[in-house]
Amino acid sequence: MRIPLSWLREYAPVPADATAEDVMETLVTVGFEEEAVHRPTDELSGPIVVGQVLSMEPETHSNGKTVNWCQVRVVPEGQPQTLTGKGIEESGVQGIICGAHNFKVGDKVVVTLPGAVLPGGFAITARKTYGHKSAGMIASVRELGIGDDHNGILVLSDIGLDPEIGTDAMELLGLYDQAAEVNVTPDRGYAFSIRGIAREYCHATHTEFEDFVLDLAERAPAANNSGLPVEISDEAPIHGNVGCTRFVARQVSGVNSAAPTPTWMSSRLRLAGVRSISLPVDISNYVMLETGQPLHFYDADKLDGGIVVRRARTGEKLTTLDDKTRELNTEDLLICDQSGPIGLAGVMGGATTETSSDTTTIIIEAARFDEVSIARTSRRHKLSSDASKRFERGVDFKLQAAAAQRAVDLLVELAGATVEEGVTDFNNTVENEPIELPTGYTSARVGVEYSEAQIVDALTEIGAEVVSSGENFKVTAPSWRPDIADKEDLTEEIARLVGYDKIPSTLPVAPPGRGYTDEQVARRRVLDALAVAGMTEVQAYPFVAQTANNLWATPEAGQKLESIKLANPIAETQAWLRRSLMPGLVEVLKRNLSRGFKNLAIFESGHVFIPGSQTGSTHIPGLGAKPGDDVLADLNAGIPFQPRYVAGLFAGNEHAEMPGTTARAYDWRDALDAVQLIADATGAEISVVQGTHQAFHPGRTAELRNSEGETLGFAGELHPKLLKDNDLPERTCAFEVDFTRMLNDKSDRVEAYGIFGYPATNQDVALIVDATVPAAEISAALAEGAGDLLEDIRVFDDYRGVGIEEGKKSVAFALRFRADDRTLTAEEASASREAAIAVAAERFGAVLRG
Amino acid sequence: MSESLPQNANTPESYRILANIKDVLESSENGLDTVRQAFTDEFERANTAIKEHSASFDELKETRLAFLGDKGSFTLANKQMRELSKEHKAEVGKLMGQARGRLTKAIDARTHELEEERDARILVEEAVDVTAASPRRPLGGRHPLGILQERLTDTFVAMGWEVADGPEIESEWFNFDSLNFKPDHPARELQDTFFIEPAEAHLLLRTHTSPVQMRSLLTRELPVYVVCPGRVYRTDELDATHTPVFHQIEGLAVDKGLTMAHLKGTLNHMVKEMFGPEAKIRLRPNYFPFTEPSAELDLWHPGAKGGPQWIEWGGCGMVHPNVLRAAGIDPEVYSGFAFGMGIERTLMFRNDVPDMHDIIEGDIRFSQQFGMEI
Repeated sequence: MRIPLSWLREYAPVPADATAEDVMETLVTVGFEEEAVHRPTDELSGPIVVGQVLSMEPETHSNGKTVNWCQVRVVPEGQPQTLTGKGIEESGVQGIICGAHNFKVGDKVVVTLPGAVLPGGFAITARKTYGHKSAGMIASVRELGIGDDHNGILVLSDIGLDPEIGTDAMELLGLYDQAAEVNVTPDRGYAFSIRGIAREYCHATHTEFEDFVLDLAERAPAANNSGLPVEISDEAPIHGNVGCTRFVARQVSGVNSAAPTPTWMSSRLRLAGVRSISLPVDISNYVMLETGQPLHFYDADKLDGGIVVRRARTGEKLTTLDDKTRELNTEDLLICDQSGPIGLAGVMGGATTETSSDTTTIIIEAARFDEVSIARTSRRHKLSSDASKRFERGVDFKLQAAAAQRAVDLLVELAGATVEEGVTDFNNTVENEPIELPTGYTSARVGVEYSEAQIVDALTEIGAEVVSSGENFKVTAPSWRPDIADKEDLTEEIARLVGYDKIPSTLPVAPPGRGYTDEQVARRRVLDALAVAGMTEVQAYPFVAQTANNLWATPEAGQKLESIKLANPIAETQAWLRRSLMPGLVEVLKRNLSRGFKNLAIFESGHVFIPGSQTGSTHIPGLGAKPGDDVLADLNAGIPFQPRYVAGLFAGNEHAEMPGTTARAYDWRDALDAVQLIADATGAEISVVQGTHQAFHPGRTAELRNSEGETLGFAGELHPKLLKDNDLPERTCAFEVDFTRMLNDKSDRVEAYGIFGYPATNQDVALIVDATVPAAEISAALAEGAGDLLEDIRVFDDYRGVGIEEGKKSVAFALRFRADDRTLTAEEASASREAAIAVAAERFGAVLRG
Repeated sequence: MSESLPQNANTPESYRILANIKDVLESSENGLDTVRQAFTDEFERANTAIKEHSASFDELKETRLAFLGDKGSFTLANKQMRELSKEHKAEVGKLMGQARGRLTKAIDARTHELEEERDARILVEEAVDVTAASPRRPLGGRHPLGILQERLTDTFVAMGWEVADGPEIESEWFNFDSLNFKPDHPARELQDTFFIEPAEAHLLLRTHTSPVQMRSLLTRELPVYVVCPGRVYRTDELDATHTPVFHQIEGLAVDKGLTMAHLKGTLNHMVKEMFGPEAKIRLRPNYFPFTEPSAELDLWHPGAKGGPQWIEWGGCGMVHPNVLRAAGIDPEVYSGFAFGMGIERTLMFRNDVPDMHDIIEGDIRFSQQFGMEI
């Protein structure tokens, strides 16, 4: 809401020297947010005065352009020029070159004199041009920053002005005014008006607000039989609420629709952000901004009979004022005459009954429409108007006749209209029910001891009627506050008006807590561990292409991969929710590569989105009541599965070459190490098997599994073709694991074993086996055979080539034996080693390498 | 005397004597004295050679061979031992033992000296320029959004609050209706919502962390004191201060007798933990469907860039009775307060981050500058 200060001053005690900033600061204390300041003088400064064209001589120049060499009087004849400065003529007549031709000798115009500055930092000086010294400029509305019209300069008689020569044109055009813009919260529709803002300004400054609407309402004539016939015929009320509860219609004739809008009105409209169109339209906008009541003016001569307010019928269409033909929905509320629909009620009027410059008789509509009906129509047609914005927030149901009266007054005053006798006032509005407010309730909720006087004063100030009855206040909310429905709403009003700054600060004592959950502890440990290990955490958007999900994600065995799609994505190409963190990570990797980083180790931890067997729920339980357990269960059953994944990418070198050290390139082991680190940080046990994944190198992929044998994820080198196609560095490695699933295996309470100091015996074993046998399996076989004495086993060599038969490999293991209760003899260790080899030999045909 | 012995004019007398010890003893009355003197002289000669002319292991070896090698004086003397008379044998044997003992000791001492010199030299040779090294393990770092969330939740956990999580794809009921958003109210429109297909599923990407409030109230025992950090979504275009994907942290307390004063007290405690003892909060009236009274939360930020100032930080208020009712809680018995703020925004003013793009783009320099900030 933009609030011209001159307008606000009419209804609230705003100090003469207050700035827009001051007004905003005041309004902030009662619950508005500061948005912006609109002040023409921030961009515009004088001297800018009214001048009269004394002569104009057209001169055509070599560039083919014809300009006028004008003499313009800027001081009344016989009076001295009081302005001084370079380029200001003592004679009071300025010589000015003007390129426009839409004016004539004798016209009064706006002259920007040397020393003036126009919007955009355009400084006016006396300068040589087209062979003359041009000392000033004859201005257009566009140059003054007060309109878009660039059809030439502003001739003051065109806007109904005949000021004295030398008059300050900035004053004349209302350019010293300024507007404060505040954000109005959706519950306070009444504040979309000067009336509402003035009331709040008075609240903020603890002054009394005099409601000018009361006087208008009093002056508004009562309904009679000669008014425009209006029938409300709502066959399909939404939530049982009839679409129109009040419809006031007034009529004026003899309107001069072509009369200019006075500058005080057009300048206020301009500051309020509304373009001046024609006098009748300007008046209807002015009254809406002032009172908060949207009005609609019909050209009475174009109306065909009386008005019917009804829902649209299937297949009906309407061309609205913005020249768009709209297909109507049977929920849309319409204003109709005998010809059919003539307006989308409360949203936008129709083209057929629009007022124009030759309209002489006007029907004024001031109605009240149902909030939900207007909101739905506005959304359905993607048509948010100043009217719909107010109606969907709820318009004061006692305002209609007063606002119509204000419009009538202005049409009479400014457009020479004559008031017609007929008055229609269909009124089905219902008085607000009183709300019971227990006397101690507000104090108990806010934590401030409010006196009865404070409570009554605050509520009276906002316009409510308060009746005290011992234990309760009976409070009737004012007609413009549909948001006040219960005692909490009253509590807020009291707390707000007395001041939130009066509320003390008391720290509540929570009961003893259980600290972080295991999952929360594990998550933090893992992220810390990866970062300390040299990886950099990033966070990518989860919006991806479906192809990316298909590439990176792997469906559960026997299932087809499905993804969840957004109905209204930011970009259609990224309309799907990720099933893998990799698409986002790859983009981040590319961005870093493009910024000159060659060596990268990045990771992300976040949710992926997996459709469940049920997508959503048809249930939408109502407000303010707990749904049944079955409904809650159904709502929860429809929420997709959203496990946390952790993924990472490694490209380039872990470290570059440096004195004494050669570079070390990242390889698949780094990816595998990262997964092991994650598992270690959470105490989860994982196992590694040779894996297959379409995005990974077919021979360098590890599949990670949990103790149940379920897949946790993959680690290894990415597929060379994928890297090439995506312009990624060769040998880029990656991992991704399902952290949520991994945590199912997290270590619980550890049962510690005693630490014994007997010496260990180390023995090595080299076995020749088929090259296809995974080392992990041989290792497991050896461990099984070695028995309890084996403390540790590790692969330390994998050799293929000279000396080893084709298709075989030699794998060497280091075994460490130890007993809890004695020093092992070499014989005992050897026996254990022999037993280990025996199992490997039996299982894989392993032969001891000689 | 053997022909093969290397003797010439420069051959020392003592060497000659020891090389011909038998002859000397047999040819002279006081041969034994001569021999005794020769042992002394020859040892001195050897000792001088060890100490003064054996600067390396090789030279020391030469010296040793010169006296104890095949042609060394002591070796030659020793070879004649069994040819000596019984009385001479005992005497010369003693001399021989003493001399060789002392000689071995001298050689060992010199060897030790040489080893120490060598070790010291190796240490000098092995010196490196430690300043030329850069880390072999690269610099990593957490994303500061995560660190900041943890910092905030730590403050609350220390007060006995718990941390609650909830799904990012939510049902419309949890995100809106349960929180007292009327179906056609403009307040819903303000939260530019991402919806999930199909529309009949009534699923969306949560627009705030508030549905976690409802989930907490439905699943936890009263009283409830929880904070809910997490990712939320709105259909804003990315610019310097907006992003469609961002984070909030939300707090909720529902207990008997809670007031707005408790809300203020909690927030004041939190900001002092986060922004120092000078920090404080200010409430301004505002509107949210799920709180009544509602307030805008301003933070007095003592360390703000450009000097201490008020910063718009978040929203808060007393839990609306309809929210409590939706969780089956009697609003006449229990009351509660809730508050929420944006993590990105907090990060921006707390750490002087100039542009939202820095937070979301994933340029490694961004996270790395925070490292493991505590």
